[in-house]
Amino acid sequence: MNSIAHSPHAHAPSSIGKVMLTVMLALTPATLFGFWLYGWPAINLWAVAIIAAILGEAFVIRIQQRAVKPVLMDGSGILTAWLLALSLPPYAPWWIAVLGSLFAVIVGKQIFGGLGQNVFNPAMAARVMLLISFPLEMTTWGAPLPLTSPNGLNLLEGLRVTFLSQPIDGMASASLLGHVKTEFTRGIGLDQALTGFFTPMDALWGMRAGSLGETAALLLLLGGLVLIARRIITWHAPVAMLLGVAVPALIFSLIDGNHYAGPLVHLLSGGVMLGAFFIITDPVTSPNTAKGQFIFGLGCGLLTWVIRTWGGYPEGVAFAVLLMNAATPLIDQYVKPRIYGRDSKGAALPASKG
Amino acid sequence: MKIFERFFSGMRGGVHPEGRKDLSAARGIRALPLPQQLFVPLQQHIGAPATPVVNVGERVLKGQLLATAQGNVSAPVHAPASGIIVALGDHVAPHPSGLPVPTFTLACDGLEEWVELQACDDPFALLAEDIAARVAAAGIVGLGGATFPSALKLNLSRGVQTLIINGGECEPYLTCDDRIMRERATAIVEGISLIAQAVAAKEVIVGIEDNKPEAIEAMRGAARASSMKVVAMPSMYPMGSEKQIIQVLTGQEIPAGGRPADIGVLVHNVATAFAVHQAIRFGRPLISRIVTVSGGAIKSPCNVEALVGTPVQELIDFAGGYSQPAARMVLGGPMMGQHISNTAIPVVKGSSGILALTSDEIGHDEASPCIRCSTCVRACPVGLLPLEMAAHIRASDLSGAVDLGLKDCIACGSCSYVCPAHIPLVHYFNYAKGDLAAQERSKLKQEATKKLADARSERIARVERERAEMMAKRKAAREAKERAAKEAAAKAAEEAV
Repeated sequence: MNSIAHSPHAHAPSSIGKVMLTVMLALTPATLFGFWLYGWPAINLWAVAIIAAILGEAFVIRIQQRAVKPVLMDGSGILTAWLLALSLPPYAPWWIAVLGSLFAVIVGKQIFGGLGQNVFNPAMAARVMLLISFPLEMTTWGAPLPLTSPNGLNLLEGLRVTFLSQPIDGMASASLLGHVKTEFTRGIGLDQALTGFFTPMDALWGMRAGSLGETAALLLLLGGLVLIARRIITWHAPVAMLLGVAVPALIFSLIDGNHYAGPLVHLLSGGVMLGAFFIITDPVTSPNTAKGQFIFGLGCGLLTWVIRTWGGYPEGVAFAVLLMNAATPLIDQYVKPRIYGRDSKGAALPASKG
Repeated sequence: MKIFERFFSGMRGGVHPEGRKDLSAARGIRALPLPQQLFVPLQQHIGAPATPVVNVGERVLKGQLLATAQGNVSAPVHAPASGIIVALGDHVAPHPSGLPVPTFTLACDGLEEWVELQACDDPFALLAEDIAARVAAAGIVGLGGATFPSALKLNLSRGVQTLIINGGECEPYLTCDDRIMRERATAIVEGISLIAQAVAAKEVIVGIEDNKPEAIEAMRGAARASSMKVVAMPSMYPMGSEKQIIQVLTGQEIPAGGRPADIGVLVHNVATAFAVHQAIRFGRPLISRIVTVSGGAIKSPCNVEALVGTPVQELIDFAGGYSQPAARMVLGGPMMGQHISNTAIPVVKGSSGILALTSDEIGHDEASPCIRCSTCVRACPVGLLPLEMAAHIRASDLSGAVDLGLKDCIACGSCSYVCPAHIPLVHYFNYAKGDLAAQERSKLKQEATKKLADARSERIARVERERAEMMAKRKAAREAKERAAKEAAAKAAEEAV
């Protein structure tokens, strides 16, 4: 009571730990679905990623001679590893998750100065690093082997897949976007390539080959709506990203439907839903005004579509996010709210004797 | 409907702090028993402190002038009770610093003998100047908390379009304005009419937050015969801030760096309107005010009418004392009030509340790093980027913070309130504003010093120049004299030849 405290003498019941926890809860349905869909290997990979992030972050904080507990308790490192794990192929080997997590929390975050200081989304930076360095492991997809199905893997088999890279019979499959890209190189058009590969209902639920937690479009949407309702995120960036993907996809598919996939294919495949609601809403690496966030989201969506359509990689969300992360300071420089009593350029409003 | 259109162009941002007004809202205003001693500071307003006109040892009557206004921006101070002035000296200030300030100590004699008051039976016959003069003489200042001398505002706002009466009371806990509107609506409405007459306002709007339905009802009832509009405003902090209430009720904004009068608006608080009524109708100076005593650590929160100068401790005792140890004492509301560490400080004209808060209510935590979540940006009613401003101030880049609009910050505390990282944003801004003011003062001082130094070197140069000129003149004169002497000698020699 001796030191002087500044107003306000009241505070909303919020904290960074609570924010992170809410995001994790919103991610849980899609994650559990991924666990069910791909079985024990997915659970192993997720756990390995999170443990690696905790140990890696604790290690660098110790080197910096800072208190470890408050940094770990804010939950941001765990969330980063969680998001990274959701974007990995579910049957990837353990070291992919470890390398990715360590890269995300150490290079992606702590080297910049820790929470709040990093320019690039750590999970996406790690994903791009893995994709460039280990293209084979990062693009080997497996057909879903649900936990409850008769040919689902038991715990032991799951551990073999994750830790001994043991292949499974009939495991090799392709993600939708990868498949389309491959078929194009063989001169096969969309109408044929998509047959039997894309059924909107399955895509909505996520019953397909893909990353661990990116496929369940509806569950991700649900999580995103929870975050919007809890005011953790606003609608601007997600809606803009979905528009950024869907609008050009619609226009081009109307022009040449055999060459350009329609909006539904784009929205329900790859990392668009996860990206729109959980990646580009990362506050640290996105602009700080609603208008800025809208521009940011639109850019992420457009670039995703451009990379998918004309780029060398089948999927573009991670690259698009990193490119727009780099543009964030620029957006913040030019998109500022109008200040009370001033016009949009910052000059005082004229006096008018009512 | 016009009112609806106005709400769509309403306040930006804002927050919904827990109101906690139920603690004291149902408790009617009760007069505090006369304390033995009152401590009346000379400065209870924005501007210059008042100048004492009574001496120590003198007996004063209730309402008698103790100190007179000094300069253009100032207000007089009156005796809140009859008694003896026992001291004029330092007493702890109602300010977080707790520094001593010049204060009258008045030993009350309990006789409550009033000085002769200049009542007015027909106040609406008064001229605008007379109303302003009586308001000035009564020592009325803005009772919403800003304590700007009210008469000055009247004089600067003559001929405005709209008079807004602020019954927002958006600060949590405080119910003093709510109670005064419920219980003294008729007097307030007459006070409002007098203010409107003093500035010749064409339109009068009373804005009250919709969490005070009884007050709205009472004010509507009292205002039925007049043309003033009583408007229910959405309950959102900082609705009662001058800039925000104007924006919500008129759709206009005060130009940056300007005053409400620039857009033809004048804003006064409801309690100020009541004080104006008391001053004009009965000639009573401002010597008491309604104070809310509340907070989780107060046994029975209440609203009291306390004499100016009453020690805060007396109010706490009147409210039954503490029910548990208070983690923090606050003068004013929790959002913008000041932390006090001494309950010997007096209630002054601007004291709207005394809060004894528990640590649960304060809810403060160690600050953690900013995650740029921009919750503060969404909360700011002015349209600032608090996170960016704080980052600049942390890096000692004050001009960067000013470029981002530091001077437009109204210090309402919405950003600090919502920050999930518990960063004391307003603290940064007020620190920076203080630093800026200090820099400006030192710049003025430097300029003055430079002027003096320039004047000195110029003076020295002039003296030198004058001396050189004088020397040259003298030399010329001497030479002329010598020449003349020589010529004279030569002439004499010639004549002699």
